[in-house]
Amino acid sequence: MSEDFLVIEDLHVSVESKEILKGVNLRIGKGEVHALMGPNGSGKSTLSNAIMGHPKYRITQGSIYFKGENIVDMTPDEKARKGIFLAFQYPLSIPGVRIFSFLKNMMSAVHGKEISVAEFRKVLKEKMSLLGIKQSFIKRYLNDGFSGGEKKRNEILQMALFEPKLALLDETDSGLDVTALKVVCESINKIINPEMSTIIITHYKRMLEYVRPQFVHIIMDGRIVKSGGEELVEIIDSQGYDWLKQEALATSAL
Amino acid sequence: MTVVQNVGIDDYKYGFHDSEENYAYKAKKGLNKEIVQEISVKMKNEPQWMTDFRMKSLEIFRSKPMPDWGSTEMLSDLDFENIHYYVRSAEKQGRNWEDVPEEIKKTFDRLGIPEAERKFLAGVTAQYESDVVYHSIREDLTKLGVIFTDMDTALREYPDLVKKYFGTIIPPTDNKFAALNSAVWSGGSFVWIPPGVKVEIPLQAYFRINTENMGQFERTLIIAEPGSSVHYIEGCTAPTYSSDSLHSAVVELIAMEGAKIRYTTIQNWSNNVYNLVTKRAYAYKNATVEWIDGNLGSKLTMKYPAVHLLGEGARGEILSIAMSSTNQHQDAGAKIIHAAPNTSSLITSKSISKNNGRGTYRGLIKILPGAINSKSHVVCDALILDESARSDTYPTMQVEEQEGVTVEHEATVSKVGEEQMFYLMSRGLTEVAAKTMIVNGFVEPFTKELPMEYAVELNRLIQMEMEGSVG
Ligand SMILES: Nc1ncnc2c1ncn2[C@@H]1O[C@H](COP(=O)(O)OP(=O)(O)OP(=O)(O)O)[C@@H](O)[C@H]1O
Ligand SMILES: [Mg+2]
Repeated sequence: MSEDFLVIEDLHVSVESKEILKGVNLRIGKGEVHALMGPNGSGKSTLSNAIMGHPKYRITQGSIYFKGENIVDMTPDEKARKGIFLAFQYPLSIPGVRIFSFLKNMMSAVHGKEISVAEFRKVLKEKMSLLGIKQSFIKRYLNDGFSGGEKKRNEILQMALFEPKLALLDETDSGLDVTALKVVCESINKIINPEMSTIIITHYKRMLEYVRPQFVHIIMDGRIVKSGGEELVEIIDSQGYDWLKQEALATSAL
Repeated sequence: MTVVQNVGIDDYKYGFHDSEENYAYKAKKGLNKEIVQEISVKMKNEPQWMTDFRMKSLEIFRSKPMPDWGSTEMLSDLDFENIHYYVRSAEKQGRNWEDVPEEIKKTFDRLGIPEAERKFLAGVTAQYESDVVYHSIREDLTKLGVIFTDMDTALREYPDLVKKYFGTIIPPTDNKFAALNSAVWSGGSFVWIPPGVKVEIPLQAYFRINTENMGQFERTLIIAEPGSSVHYIEGCTAPTYSSDSLHSAVVELIAMEGAKIRYTTIQNWSNNVYNLVTKRAYAYKNATVEWIDGNLGSKLTMKYPAVHLLGEGARGEILSIAMSSTNQHQDAGAKIIHAAPNTSSLITSKSISKNNGRGTYRGLIKILPGAINSKSHVVCDALILDESARSDTYPTMQVEEQEGVTVEHEATVSKVGEEQMFYLMSRGLTEVAAKTMIVNGFVEPFTKELPMEYAVELNRLIQMEMEGSVG
């Protein structure tokens, strides 16, 4: 068994005093790729937001360890500097902030050192061509007026520059056309390495056919109700989640 | 006043040395006829008409009431008798770097203002000796007939031009502070662009550091003859420091037929300064005037750049930002008077307030009878950084002509969003860095109009303001 990277124990999270996560337990080892699936509103984004430290998502109970350290009380920027990266389901736009300067600031913030403009340009160019992003793109304002697919590509561009230790990809596939999905997933595969762990949140098996998880978890109503291997993806794709509800009912009836 | 122009620097030094016999002169505190007389006759040896103009202005100043808008509370704290109305440069010589308030020093350090220029603050003038570049630019412009000098020199060397236009756009009767400036003005820039001449590079005036009372009543007059164009930038790459409390400038612009003037200001006063400035432009047929106005610092700023569109097809644009922080009130705005057909105007005002700072937009759009087919568009955006900050908008529209006229006003007030902050912080930016980035993004429509070095500087000033290291 690989070294623990992310360990979540009995995590309870509330938004505006409503409990959304009701005791999540999850263990992710170094170098592993996990998929997290579950119906709409089951708490997937809540979990990723809570891991990243969104102030609105209050952790009322439980703990989150990253490489052995409890990160529950850390601010999002501290977590980022530890190497935790969240690709947003709905990336925000920040009018007036140019992508170029944003990315450069991000780079020096997370890597803890200034990078020269020339050097940065070079790295950026390389990553952009990998993702099939046009050069003119960097002059635009961050996510401002971006199409859904452009936003998602931009998230992965950030991931490529960020070089995370733990990547949380929240529905990166939604909004991408078939070709874009392929390009983006290929890039993700290039970024993923044995030194980092990845959680992929998705509704569809398509993305998981490109980026193959070793573990699959299913979350329902704020709890992880089932964990297994890739075979779960196939079952969900063909049967949805109803059978799990039945199963859960049966269990509680015991 | 210490106007250092990168063009016309020689004139400036000349003026400086010229006054050597009175090197250590400081008028007594308070304002009266004797002092005005002394400034005009004894100190400056001005022509009689200017002395008369000053004396009359003093009377007008006395008869005018204080403005009843802006911050009447702060204004009532202003003690006109506790101000030195004229100080000649020797004061600077007596000054030590040690006398400079800690805050300002820090700013200088962080801005990386070279030691040489700091010395200027202490009264050493030699630091510009190396700036030969400026001289060559000046020669180039001089050949074209462009005049760019300080106002005192202009009065001596171009008396007819000055007399013809001085005080015609903003007469002393305009308001109390215009009257005050008219009585005690000193320094400022004088610019005259001959017909058809287009000055490609911006003319720049740096109000580096105002030692006590110097440069607090500057007077600027720009005349662009038909078909000419000019971009004038005044301001600070460094904060303008004044140990005393009042800065009251008058700026007059005249754009003749088909001429274009852009006037850019970036001000960053220390937080004990009352900044009460009157700025107005006349734009004749097919002329364009643009005010680009950035206000940081000060205790109270009251400034409403105006454009009077007097000829058919004239256009006025006013783009401003104001940032108010602890105990500061930025009461800024814009005025456009449409007095001719087919005139157009655009006002974009952006205000940022934090830490109990108060930002006010006060604007007037007036469409006079006969100004058919005039168009005006006003956009006011306010960004509030915390609960204690305040922002108000007072737009006034007076539309006295209907035919083909459109007047639009949009206003938004926003707070820095929690989601945006989370997004940026999740990329490793600290809370302050994330907020600064959002603020810089907010003012980007302004910044992108500035020359590169000013834009960089402004972003840096904002960053310092956000970090709370500048008062
Ligand atoms: N910021 C918020 N404010 C109010 N309610 C929220 C907030 N975030 C999440 N919730 C609620 O928490 C529940 C879980 O939402 P979450 O976004 O985690 O679901 P999800 O599993 O990511 O769903 P989807 O598949 O649709 O993205 C939902 O009922 C949602 O309405
Ligand atoms: Mg979600």
